[in-house]
Amino acid sequence: MVEWFTRIWAIAKKDIKIYYLKGPVVIFGLLLPLFLYLAYAWGRSIEPVEAVASIMAMTIFFTSTAVGPVIAPWETRSRTFERLISAPVNMAMILMGDALASTIFGVAITVAIAVFSTIAGVYLADAALFAFNIVASAICFSFLGLLLSSPPADTPANIMMLSSLLKFPLIFVSGIFMPIGKMPVSMRAIALLSPLTYTTELFRQSVHVETTIPTHWAIIALITYTIIFALAAVKLHERSAPKRL
Amino acid sequence: MAEVVVAEGLTKRFNGLVAVNNVSFSVREGEIFGFLGPNGAGKTTTVRMLIGILPPDSGRAFVLGFNVAEKPLEVRKRIGVVPEAANVYLDLTVWENVMFMAELYGVPRGVRESRARSLLDLMGLLERRNVKARKLSKGLRQRLLICMALVHEPPLLFLDEPTSGLDVQSARQIRSMLRELNRDEGVTIFLTTHNMWEAEELCHRIAIINRGRLAAVSTPRELKDAFTRLRVVEVEFEGDFDEAKLSEALGCRVDVFGGKCRARAEDVSEAICNIVDYARTCGLKIVSLNVVQPSLEEIFLEIVGGG
Repeated sequence: MVEWFTRIWAIAKKDIKIYYLKGPVVIFGLLLPLFLYLAYAWGRSIEPVEAVASIMAMTIFFTSTAVGPVIAPWETRSRTFERLISAPVNMAMILMGDALASTIFGVAITVAIAVFSTIAGVYLADAALFAFNIVASAICFSFLGLLLSSPPADTPANIMMLSSLLKFPLIFVSGIFMPIGKMPVSMRAIALLSPLTYTTELFRQSVHVETTIPTHWAIIALITYTIIFALAAVKLHERSAPKRL
Repeated sequence: MAEVVVAEGLTKRFNGLVAVNNVSFSVREGEIFGFLGPNGAGKTTTVRMLIGILPPDSGRAFVLGFNVAEKPLEVRKRIGVVPEAANVYLDLTVWENVMFMAELYGVPRGVRESRARSLLDLMGLLERRNVKARKLSKGLRQRLLICMALVHEPPLLFLDEPTSGLDVQSARQIRSMLRELNRDEGVTIFLTTHNMWEAEELCHRIAIINRGRLAAVSTPRELKDAFTRLRVVEVEFEGDFDEAKLSEALGCRVDVFGGKCRARAEDVSEAICNIVDYARTCGLKIVSLNVVQPSLEEIFLEIVGGG
């Protein structure tokens, strides 16, 4: 177990150094919430707490899925993938390392926004739930990002295109711009299929904004999605690995 | 001597095409084993199956006593690998690349730094340890890849075309390091190459693979002895000669090395007569004419049907 964690942590550190600790990536992470806020709240009369819950959901979603999808195609292209899998690691360890790096990035940016929001006067009614949601959602979306990178492509732009095709529609069906309770019934059914819906609901609950889904159901759904994304990512990456050589 | 690598009927197909066809051989502890073949012969595919990153369609492989299909991680923990055309992490420094591998291979924290330092020193990279790998030449990156493969002190090292694309000096340095590793540290080396001269110089035994099939496994000396029927006629002319016309006159391929022509012939007396006739017809003076043993390259070409 210690061996496993050492290797996962080594892969995560490598990812952080190579892919995350880059000026443009950090600036993207910090500026993204600001632009999301402007897009969300500009010209609308919305309570700050409600805005914060939605912005947090979008921030954790976009930052946790920002870099993960490009790691596999990038390593295929730069021919480091074969060197990596020739080491004593299996696909589960590699993806856990990638997910850990992505989670750290997503959590760091979201916590920074949370601190800023608290200073600006937003009251976190349930800090424990808030903290749990940040970590659980970051892990869930990190694996979602890795799942998207499973086709054996060596062009990051292709994977980013695929990733955007999925990510942007999710924003509009996950109760971010319109709470689930106010959605038409047909939309509500679609919303329940999106993992981002549960993240949004948990953020709303942690700042005591009205919600539709009970807390424990949202938590169970988020964990279930995480397990599904992780298992599917490992399976599909294992299948595509020989094509990356 | 114990066998550290055993391949039993390894077969791999890609889209219906047989890349490796029923290949069986073994590598003994302490030897440098050369795996020779032209491009596309199946060398890299065989290595990938042996190190457990590509499953064979049929056949089995055992490395250091472990069944590769059943215990790939146990195998990879104990071996060093320098994959063909693999790259180092260009955005990490030389030091970070080696330390990353040390962590992946579970090198104890207390010895990581000292081992990395001595390896980089051995490979002439210690002074460049804080340089990003992006700034290294191809030869230095290859040396760094070897450092990364050796950081956990493996008893068995797989190198896939380690000198391919390198300049003469870098290739020579790498060969010299490999020889020292084998002689001084007792590391068994499995080396793929298409460079006959390299194989002849380095390897204790060689296997020749062609179109996915194993054509021969032997020592360079035994291979040469096995081809006693094959003789090479070496001739030197005074003045210019037409290589194509000479080849036509002899009815076989002619290679020119240092002004001397070498022709592989099974009937030496007929070849000599043809050379003399050619020289007379063209008004060329023969400076020297010798019958010599074929080089390993010439035997290789004979086996794989080149020329």
